[in-house]
Order: sequence, then C-alpha cells, then structure tokens
Amino acid sequence: MSELVSEDDVRHIAELARVNLSDEEVTQFVQEFADILAYFEKLDAFPETKEPTEFSNVLRPDTETPSLNQTDALRNAEETEDGYFKGPRVS
Amino acid sequence: MSAENIFITREEIPPESTGKLSGKTIAVKDNICTKGVRTTCASDMLASFVPPYDATVITRIKQNGGTIIGKTNMDEFGMGGTTETSVYGPTKNPMDTTRVPGGSSGGSAAAVASGEADVALGSDTGGSIRNPAAFCGVVGIKPTYGLVSRYGLIAYANSLEQIGPIAQSVGDAAQLLDVIAGADDRDATTRDIDTKNDYESAANDPNISGITIGIIEELEDGDSRVLEAFRDGVAKLEDVGATVKRVSLESISRALAAYYIIAMAEASSNLARFDGVRYGLSGGYDGDWNEVYSASRNVGFGEEVKRRIILGTFALSEGYQDKYYRQAQDARRWIKQDFERVFSTVDVLATPTMPILAPKIGERIDDPMELYLMDANTVPVNLANLPAISVPVGTVDDLPVGCQFIGKAFDESTLLQVGSTLEGLQ
Repeated sequence: MSELVSEDDVRHIAELARVNLSDEEVTQFVQEFADILAYFEKLDAFPETKEPTEFSNVLRPDTETPSLNQTDALRNAEETEDGYFKGPRVS
Repeated sequence: MSAENIFITREEIPPESTGKLSGKTIAVKDNICTKGVRTTCASDMLASFVPPYDATVITRIKQNGGTIIGKTNMDEFGMGGTTETSVYGPTKNPMDTTRVPGGSSGGSAAAVASGEADVALGSDTGGSIRNPAAFCGVVGIKPTYGLVSRYGLIAYANSLEQIGPIAQSVGDAAQLLDVIAGADDRDATTRDIDTKNDYESAANDPNISGITIGIIEELEDGDSRVLEAFRDGVAKLEDVGATVKRVSLESISRALAAYYIIAMAEASSNLARFDGVRYGLSGGYDGDWNEVYSASRNVGFGEEVKRRIILGTFALSEGYQDKYYRQAQDARRWIKQDFERVFSTVDVLATPTMPILAPKIGERIDDPMELYLMDANTVPVNLANLPAISVPVGTVDDLPVGCQFIGKAFDESTLLQVGSTLEGLQ
C-alpha cells in the first residue's frame, strides 16, 4: 500500500492539532493512515441529495440567569491569579 | 475494585427526592458530569477533573429517586468499541472474563450484566450503548438525536451522540428513558416533542400485530452463528404476528467511512478545549502557549485519541476538506434520506447489533481498521439521527447475541413494543 501521507505530513498535521508526537508514533501513524485513508476512498460518487428543509433555529429570550461562580469555575485550574486562569506566556 | 474492573470511581450519590427510580441503583458512564465526583473520560487528561455541576440527566435521576453508585469504565473519551483504550485498563465481560464487554460504554453494560447496578447510563456516538449491551447480554437504547439532553456530557462528536439507558430488561430501560428524556434549555438541540410519551407503558405492551419489520440486506454480513441467532429471533416475531420483508439501503456502503470522518473531525474540534489551563492535565512544561499545550496533550491523550484528533484535523485541513469532510456530510444526507424512503414501507428495521461475538481481550486492539469495521451495523443509525434498541436474541457458545431494531425519529415507543415482544419470546 502506498503512503497517502508522509512522515512530514503527519508532523505538520500534529502541529496544527497541537499534539506532540514521538518519532515512533509518527512512523506508526503513517502506516495506519494508509489503510484508513484508503478505506475513506469509498466515499466516491453517489446520487445528489436535496438540501434538508426540516431544520429551524431554536431561539429563547436573552435573559440573565445564575451560572457558575468564579470560585467553582477556577477550581479545576492548575494555576490561578487574582481570580483569573493563569496560562503559559503567549509567545 | 470489582474483578471485572467495572468502576473508575466508586462513590454513592444519593437521591434528592423520591420518584420512579426510588430504590434503584444506577451506574453512570464516566463521561457524564457529576458535581463533586471525579469525571475522567478514562483519560489521564481528566484524571483529577471534578465537575462543578451536574449533567441534566444526573439532575433528573436525583430528582426521581435514583441512587447513583459510581462512575463506570469506558474507552478513552468514548473512542473505541472494546473498553480497552481506557487508561484504567480493560473491563472484563461478566459473561466470559477473557473477553471484552464491548464499548465504549463497557463498564456500564458490565455493571448491569453482573448485577452491580440495576440500570446504567451510557452514551452512544456510533454504537457505544448498543455494542456493549449486545456483548454483555443486556438491553441498550440509543435515543433519537434531540430526545435526551447532552448538557454535561463531555463531547466527543456532538452531532452524533446521545445519552441512553442500559438495563436487564426492556421495561427497566424504558423507565430510565422516561426519566431522562425531554427538552432542556441548556441543550438547544433537544426537541420539545410530546412529553406525554410513556415509554414504560409501551414496553409493558408487547404487541406487534400489524407491525412490519424490514431486514436490511446490506447488513446481513458477519459471523454465521450470529446471523443464525438473529434470523431465529426474527422468525419468532413473524410467528407472533409481525410481517417481515427484506429491504435494501444502497447508501449503507458509505456509512462507515462517512461516520469516521465526521466523528474524527468533530473530535479534533471538541478536544481542542483540553489545554491544561482551565482544567485537565497541565504537566508543568516550559515554553510558550503552543509548546506547553502540545506537550501536555502528548502526555494526557492516549494513542487512539491522538489518532482521531490527527485524522480529524487532516480531514478538515485546507485542500482535503472537500474530499473528506464535505463528501462525508453529503453521504450522511443521502443515508438519512435512504432511511426516510425505506420507513415509508416498514415500521422498524432489524439487524444483528454486532456482526461478531465479543472478541477476546487483546485480540483486536492493535489494528484500528479492524476495530472500526466492527461498527458497520450501528453507525448508520447515528448518521441518520434515529433511535435504536439492542435486545438479547440468544447465545452462541454461551456468548450473548444482540438484535438491533431501528425506528423512525422519536418513535421509541414502537421500538420498545417490538423489543419487549422479542424479550418475551426468549
């Protein structure tokens, strides 16, 4: 089976997805993705379908209701400061 | 810990009042948020996550007298069909502990099958309630999309998934469905349908005279012993008054590919929220936002989760979106319309729930494509947003076989009538 994606492709997509991968994972995924993407080729031609019409937006009045308080919202964060989440530097 | 490794967290959550579920014990899949009780999705990423709120289904169980007894094992983030991708190790099938219980709601099905819980909640994105129900010999219902609130269900593929009941009997499953079904302001995809639907009464009225059951030709594939058990069950229904006819759904051949592309694409988007800052594993890495985020996700997510996030990102990326994601959406629409066409001639459709018997632990986990193919009979239902039930239909070498009935949208009542008829004939 020819490779549909290369090691460089997998590394690039992993970077877009913000997930570091080990070299072993990259090698493994290249091989597996060949099988999986070949299977996805099944999605070739099929009859044209009409757009569905049964969907409609669900709307409600925009009224204020109680929600999570700040203490509870911050409880699962590893680092907080002055009632805010604290994350890594942006760049 | 039970011998079968059913629970991730064993902690009792008492009811807040009395009701339909008074005296009942309920096991809950560990991707449904329980206030103050750790909810892990069987992932290192959420190993210490304690939700500050209850999912709507949990609120309804507490208000109706149910006692929750613990949070059950599952495939990591619901991604798998055997409960082997759990970071806590596989659950064993109570019917044969050398085999998987199915998945991803394997702990919930095993809790019911072993008698640890009276009933359980699972979630079903592509078969994750019906698959373990079939492999463990219990009843599982995947409700119509929009019948049950997903508020508090940790999302994997939100256009496909529903929370639903797993139980020893069709009647018990229907009773739990009565409690959890209904519109919810906190999930705008719930539908405000006729709430007078009494599922328990439908389950207690096993009457199928005048019902036409369609057998989907394209899904009569798999282990011949499973097919034989399925056909015996259908023949019994015919004996008590059902009309049985064979039907063809050409679109089904595209379902598995369309399902995996859509599920992976949605997963790649949904799981972007796990940044280790607001909740989840942070890891304490050095570097800027992107470096820390990427490093903690490498450690926090298991192999199958990474596989799906990366394939999903690929299917949505520039240059590939038309080929994969948009085509999958078009195929989904075709599948939906194909089901609508066939439901003008039948009341319910029937297939074996799973094309095979429960695999041995370790037998299939190393080949992702093999695992995906197991889902052939269950995923079309999620793509078409329809309801389905899996009911035991005998055994092969002491291993349970499940019969899947698929219904028209929001016609759970007919499914329950047909399901309880089959149950009564076993």
